[in-house]
Amino acid sequence: MIANLDQIFVLLKQFVIGLLPASWQPAAGVVLCVVAIICVFPALFAITVLLERKGLGRMQNRYGPNRVGIFGILQPVADGIKSLTKEDLVPLSADAVVHFIAPVFLVVVVFMGYAVLPMGRNMTLVHLDAALLFYFAIGASTELSVFMAGWSSRNKYSLLGAMRAVAQMISYEVPLLMSSVAVVMITGSLSLDKIVAAQNQYTWGLPHWYIFTPWGFAGFVMFAIAATAETNRSPFDLPEGESELVAGYFTEYSGFKFAEFFLGEYVGMLSISGLGTTLFLGGWSAPLAVLGWVPSWFWFFSKIMLSMCVYIWLRGTLPRLRQDQLMNFAWKFVLPLTLLNLFVTALWRFMGDGWERWVVCSAILVLAYVVMGRTGMHRDHLGARRYRYAD
Amino acid sequence: MEMIFYGLAALTLAGGLAAVLLKNTVHCALALTVAFAGLAFQFLELDAQFAGFAQILVYVGAVAILVVFAILLTRGSETPMDGVFSRTWLAGLAIAAAVFAVLSWAVLGSTRALPGPGGAPAATPTATVMQIGNALMGRYVLPLEIVALLLTAALIGAVIVAMHEKAGSL
Amino acid sequence: MLGEGILKGLAETARNFVGSYFSAERLTTVQYPEQRIEPIEATRDFPFLVYDGADWEAGLRCVACQICEKECPPKCIYIEKSTDKKPDALGKPQFYPARFDIDISVCMSCQICVEVCPFEAIKMDTEFELSTDDRFGGLLYNRKELAKSNEHYHKIHPTEAAQVDAHLAREKAKSDAKAKAAAESAAAKAAASAAPPAGGGD
Repeated sequence: MIANLDQIFVLLKQFVIGLLPASWQPAAGVVLCVVAIICVFPALFAITVLLERKGLGRMQNRYGPNRVGIFGILQPVADGIKSLTKEDLVPLSADAVVHFIAPVFLVVVVFMGYAVLPMGRNMTLVHLDAALLFYFAIGASTELSVFMAGWSSRNKYSLLGAMRAVAQMISYEVPLLMSSVAVVMITGSLSLDKIVAAQNQYTWGLPHWYIFTPWGFAGFVMFAIAATAETNRSPFDLPEGESELVAGYFTEYSGFKFAEFFLGEYVGMLSISGLGTTLFLGGWSAPLAVLGWVPSWFWFFSKIMLSMCVYIWLRGTLPRLRQDQLMNFAWKFVLPLTLLNLFVTALWRFMGDGWERWVVCSAILVLAYVVMGRTGMHRDHLGARRYRYAD
Repeated sequence: MEMIFYGLAALTLAGGLAAVLLKNTVHCALALTVAFAGLAFQFLELDAQFAGFAQILVYVGAVAILVVFAILLTRGSETPMDGVFSRTWLAGLAIAAAVFAVLSWAVLGSTRALPGPGGAPAATPTATVMQIGNALMGRYVLPLEIVALLLTAALIGAVIVAMHEKAGSL
Repeated sequence: MLGEGILKGLAETARNFVGSYFSAERLTTVQYPEQRIEPIEATRDFPFLVYDGADWEAGLRCVACQICEKECPPKCIYIEKSTDKKPDALGKPQFYPARFDIDISVCMSCQICVEVCPFEAIKMDTEFELSTDDRFGGLLYNRKELAKSNEHYHKIHPTEAAQVDAHLAREKAKSDAKAKAAAESAAAKAAASAAPPAGGGD
């Protein structure tokens, strides 16, 4: 019975495609899964948008939207209706074809990433051996869409926003990959299913999630930082810069295309949270062995929504980073720490089981963090202030 | 399955042709990206997963962006005044033909790519990521290190060029 | 240490988030129009004319001296003097405004008309929910709409109204005393001029 609840979606799918003739069944199965993903994740997007507005409001000592439904629940519906009925403005000198393709490309690429995420036991759409590589390849294509959006608007400021966004995304691509490589090193496979299976073991009732190891914790923190930068979220949302560049690279987009960008951004956030959950938080495995009876997909989706809450929390707390601060942070702090993390992971692997490896790895990471933090905080390169007076 | 090959081949060729025939340079760069993607899909169709995904990750994700940045930071984004065909097209054609000849000689010389006497291609070994990794770290470690050295040299050169520019402008 | 500030900031926001469900200090929104904040006493929005007693026409303090019309910076007041006179609060016959219009789309609530009025006739009201869909006529208030009783003035500006009433009472007392003194001296003079001829006639 419990196993049935866990596998309820798989059983449902088998029931539905059982109704079709045998030659259609494989294709129908794939189509059904794709349709399910396309329905579920935009619904989660609507919930996330609502959570964000209410959550940010409460963090800022105010109510969020509370007029539309009870407690504002129907606000995403109102937003959807608004974006569908707004006039679709395309600037006269804009490149119409590229202007149209950019949001569509973004949405397509972002949804492709869900194909390899294991959303529950036996609930992966495509079982690939190089699943992680596929995910990162797809993620790298989102930058192209951002650039197309900024360039096709024929707007200096959009282009500026797009260049900043692409520079930021490329810079943080490297720490993102490097922190995931540590996980791959320990698991020995690029397949996300195997990574989750490796974390689905329990010692004394506690799981083997990678976040509970020193290198995993450091890796997760850096993955989270890089993921926040990849999706252009506060505090890395300078390209979107609401108070500076209007809306950055999607200034010239209105109505449904803007909604597509918005959808793409949030669905991308959900997707990369899903990846982070899979790599470090154990995917669909339960936090305690005793809780194994709760369905696996429940754990996966609650972990994703928890990551969304942390994203919203960060957005409500931190001020925006300037472009050069952002890039310095990526190349001079996060990247060296990820390389050190790789070394520490190797050390962990080859030191064998025991308490020594915990102590040594934690010590190295903490020391490196403190040292780099101290050296990075120096303001030596800023000279004394020079004043120029008008004569 | 041949339909897929022809479709992808047509896509790649169309992308490549558009990349040289379009007037707007950024459109050319985007068409080049389509050609890269077509190649990647062909790799995937041949079950070379690593090559396909690496092609997308590196070419579409990074090289295309690089090309686009290069176009934008120079003045290539303006439409060219004197048409898209350059005056040295004969030399270009000769060089392209030479490269094509070398590549076809290499491909035809490799016996495994062609159908054997039985009419079916010889069984190609699937190259999983683990095998590629083992090969890179075992048999091909010297080329790997040389390529790494080359990349490091390129990085250092780029940093030095950029640094000199900054020092020069001060 | 690096990251300490971030953690402190996260703690503060979390405190805000949780506290907003429990304490009013962490949720300072007043959901207008269902809830309103009490305005302070010195609130001012647009002018109104004060009248004493029950009849607004008879008790209107304004004597159409037109000082406020002249002093108003954006010139939003329009006054037409009457042709006849009526007795004012001190009993003296005064003109009264036949027409007193204020255009509140022009009025900038500077209170200069209140400051210069010698008769305490025009004061600032606290009403601000005056939206109307009649752009021109709806925002032009005439004499009848502007006249509000002294009780209303007491309700909206109690201390100020008490001061004004005290001042007016003092003025009235002074003028009464003057009138009594004048009447007494006139009576004494009349008695003095009437008495000697009566005594001298004998």
